Amino acid sequence: MLATALITGLVLGGTYALVAMGLTLQYGISRIMNLAYGETVIAASFGAYLLNNAIGINPLLGLALIVPLGFVFGYLVYGLMLRPLVARSRDAASLEINSILATFGLLFVIQGVMLVAFGTNFTSYSYMNFGVNVLGANIAANRLLAFVLAVAIGGGLYLLLTRTRWGTALRAVAVSPSSAALVGIDADRAARFAFALGSALAAAGGVIVSMYQTFTATSGVIFTMKALIVVIMGGVGNLLGALSAGLILGLVETFVATYLDPGLTLAATYLIFLAILLWRPAGLFGRAR
Amino acid sequence: MRKGATWAGLALLLAVLAAAPLYVSPYVLGLLVGIAGYVTLATAWAMFSGPTRYVSLATVAFFGIGAYTVAVLSETLPYPLVLLVAALIGLAVALVVGLSTLRLAGVYFVIFTFGLAELVRQLVTWYEINVTGTLGRYIFLPLGPEHIYWQLLALAAFTLSLSWWVSRSRIGLALKVIGDDEVVAAHSGINLTRTKLMLFAASSVIITLVGAIQAPRWTYVEPAIVFNPTLSFLTLIMALLGGATRLWGPALGAIPLFLLFEWLAANFPNHYSILLGLLFILIVFVLPNGVLAFAEKLWGGNAGKVAAATRGTPPS
Repeated sequence: MLATALITGLVLGGTYALVAMGLTLQYGISRIMNLAYGETVIAASFGAYLLNNAIGINPLLGLALIVPLGFVFGYLVYGLMLRPLVARSRDAASLEINSILATFGLLFVIQGVMLVAFGTNFTSYSYMNFGVNVLGANIAANRLLAFVLAVAIGGGLYLLLTRTRWGTALRAVAVSPSSAALVGIDADRAARFAFALGSALAAAGGVIVSMYQTFTATSGVIFTMKALIVVIMGGVGNLLGALSAGLILGLVETFVATYLDPGLTLAATYLIFLAILLWRPAGLFGRAR
Repeated sequence: MRKGATWAGLALLLAVLAAAPLYVSPYVLGLLVGIAGYVTLATAWAMFSGPTRYVSLATVAFFGIGAYTVAVLSETLPYPLVLLVAALIGLAVALVVGLSTLRLAGVYFVIFTFGLAELVRQLVTWYEINVTGTLGRYIFLPLGPEHIYWQLLALAAFTLSLSWWVSRSRIGLALKVIGDDEVVAAHSGINLTRTKLMLFAASSVIITLVGAIQAPRWTYVEPAIVFNPTLSFLTLIMALLGGATRLWGPALGAIPLFLLFEWLAANFPNHYSILLGLLFILIVFVLPNGVLAFAEKLWGGNAGKVAAATRGTPPS
């Protein structure tokens, strides 16, 4: 039972980490606190569901279609809706409030569209739904695949950001947008790109989640919350922090669900969140700013 | 003289509104109950969030706590006591939430309150399923819509008076300084956490009472009904439309928006939340400081310039 809980927790945590990485890019680099993030995730889940059931394209191939769509969506949302707010805001604090309010509205728009299109039912489809034995624990193959994908995408992104010139520029903007401009980095373009990249990651997370979980048009809020908690635990803008915090969150949830009560997982998540906020407001791995 | 006339006018308005159940149809009375509820909610929300700029998305958490307390206790305790217990529970939750989050930067507060309603809902659901074994309760109280209306009207009048008093008192001044710059506020000897906590608690207790008073209208109550996040959203958008830093702003935002939402819900039930979201984005873009500030700017009076100057933006 312990081994099963441990492995299930790690697998779940992998997805959380992937989803949270997108949010940490959006908040860390573009400085946009996106409350509609979870809705992007769920929209991608519905996309994968449609592709799988209507056209018969499996989610792995669907990933190649939906992730670029997520990128384009993020690019457009930033350019049309958020860029004017960035230009208008006097300082970081007022941009934070403005972006929270605007994306709160966006949340209801996306959710409303999904409610009209898909209704309120729990949705799922079956893909690679058979057991695989890992170190004595029986895990569904789709969950295992989800974990592998999360690690591959998250790891690739990390390498991209730390090993390439282009990634270094993005990280420079995360540290200080005004100084980045001094060394010839187009901070505005970087912010737009990071936001779009974050949306692409949200879309990837959504497709991966849909392979093994049921979802509804209204479950986006939960994903936003969990991603936010992971981002804050890991430290804003910190990819490795998001990875570790995501794994921790997955483990805690699985252990609470296994040994206490499945109904208390969200309460447990919240307790961790509060403890982290009070103990280390800059995140487990963040430095005080 | 002018002050006396304003007071007389307000008293007359209150009397006319209080007498409304005698001369309006049941349908209009239903609308009036909703308006009184939202005016109170938006004013109470803005009392704390307006000056401090701590955007709270937890309105429905407190509203639901109030409604659920009435559902649980209405058969065992006399009604006034039930309201008192609801207020006390709301106060306790507000103090716990406030003490743990108000020390932190504004954005953490927003995030925490964003999930608070979901957390309370899940805890109540868990408790009902595992401890009491029933999900969903009936409320049978001998209260007609006119009784609910009078209670809400009294609460709305009280909330507006409290908000007026706060804005003229030392604590209101302290709140404005906190909203402009917390560091400056701390250096001027303002106890940041205590000031924020007092206002947050007052605002939350009022919101809890609105939920408690409105509960008998549902008859049947379950967590999914009373913890509907749309309520937090509506309160926020109403206060923002009217202008969260003005005394009458939230109330003036609540009345037209409530009527508009009623109309939208009746005519476009399927596209309701899309329209809400679009309207919300529009308000954030076009009227960032609310209708009242916009109108003052448009007509260019002194009030507009003074208000703009106190907010730290140069009058243009």
